Amino acid sequence: MWTQPESLNSELFTLTYGALVTQLCKDYENDEEVNKQLDKMGYNIGVRLIEDFLARSSVGRCHDFRETADVIAKVAFKMYLGITPSVTNWSPAGDEFSLILENNPLVDFVELPDNHSNLVYSNILCGVLRGALEMVQMAVDVRFAQDTLRGDNVTEIRMKFVKRIEENLPAGDE
Amino acid sequence: MAIFSVYVVNKAGGLIYQYDNYVPRAEVEKTFSFPLDLVLKVHDEKVIVSFGQRDGIRVGHAVLSINGVDVNGRSTGDGKEILEFLKDSANYPVSIRFGRARLTSNEKLMLASMFHSLFAIGSQLSPEVGSSGIEMLETDTFKLHCFQTLTGIKFIVLADPRQAGIDALLRKIYEIYSDYALKNPFYSLEMPIRCELFDQNLKSALEIAEKAGTFGPGS
Repeated sequence: MWTQPESLNSELFTLTYGALVTQLCKDYENDEEVNKQLDKMGYNIGVRLIEDFLARSSVGRCHDFRETADVIAKVAFKMYLGITPSVTNWSPAGDEFSLILENNPLVDFVELPDNHSNLVYSNILCGVLRGALEMVQMAVDVRFAQDTLRGDNVTEIRMKFVKRIEENLPAGDE
Repeated sequence: MAIFSVYVVNKAGGLIYQYDNYVPRAEVEKTFSFPLDLVLKVHDEKVIVSFGQRDGIRVGHAVLSINGVDVNGRSTGDGKEILEFLKDSANYPVSIRFGRARLTSNEKLMLASMFHSLFAIGSQLSPEVGSSGIEMLETDTFKLHCFQTLTGIKFIVLADPRQAGIDALLRKIYEIYSDYALKNPFYSLEMPIRCELFDQNLKSALEIAEKAGTFGPGS
């Protein structure tokens, strides 16, 4: 059921992503703007990636946010980035959690210079998660709470459930 | 030829892809002399046989071409009305090709939207809560299988009732869609799929399904 992706040199991936971010920095010259663009690009990737994910894994619909969190951490991240973040810091209402990434393949070999202290280098991941979940009728808010590139110990992505998207619900889903 | 067609319907119910795989159905071409012993009538912008079955020409068959020129709805290729043309003895002997009329792309669009609505009705009619929509529709000549993804896209396959392995085929088509349509950056979501690689891979998947009847793991 799972087809092994052909192996692509992960360093080429890191280099490609790096070239993308630095070009965006040159084009926009403003960290906030670059963050926004990365999020937009991630969104466009996410809306397509979700179908690939659903087609290749056999996960069914998640019925609550905890299930969603587990699927994202254990199946999706593993499938696409080869890492398994841990799910922690659940809010009391169960609508917010953190993904703690021990290592992030996007930032191998990367150091943020001082003049880009507001840049969220891996912001594309936020867009990907947001886009993918929107296609399965979940509106979420995703942001980086901690980033090893900015001096924190771990990289922490905070995901908050906003609402279920009721328009265009596929028939048969209540 | 055991798998007749594939339809892909987007979230809004619009048809975004259609592929027909059947062998050309029985078509008969015959030369006729005046007067024509078949009774023809106009139905749905086509000229069809309403009475007078013979020699492989059945009731319901449409006029496909006259004297080798394909017809255009109710008129011949040059724009003359077919029924008028055939009443005039000066035009005989004439060679007419009859066959089962193919669905036009507009008709297919309409049928796909209709199916989209019926699919939703299917899930609402169910006595159980949270039922899926229509998964299979069976007639004596074909079975329609439908698979709806979690994102609302429907993959519909019309196949011979005896054909096995359609579920696996539907999953395979989903994979092919996620690869060759979605990973093509120039393809916009929810729009008609015009990707050559998608067509090619779909055709080979259909061939494999027809021969093997099933997909092995990792194919």
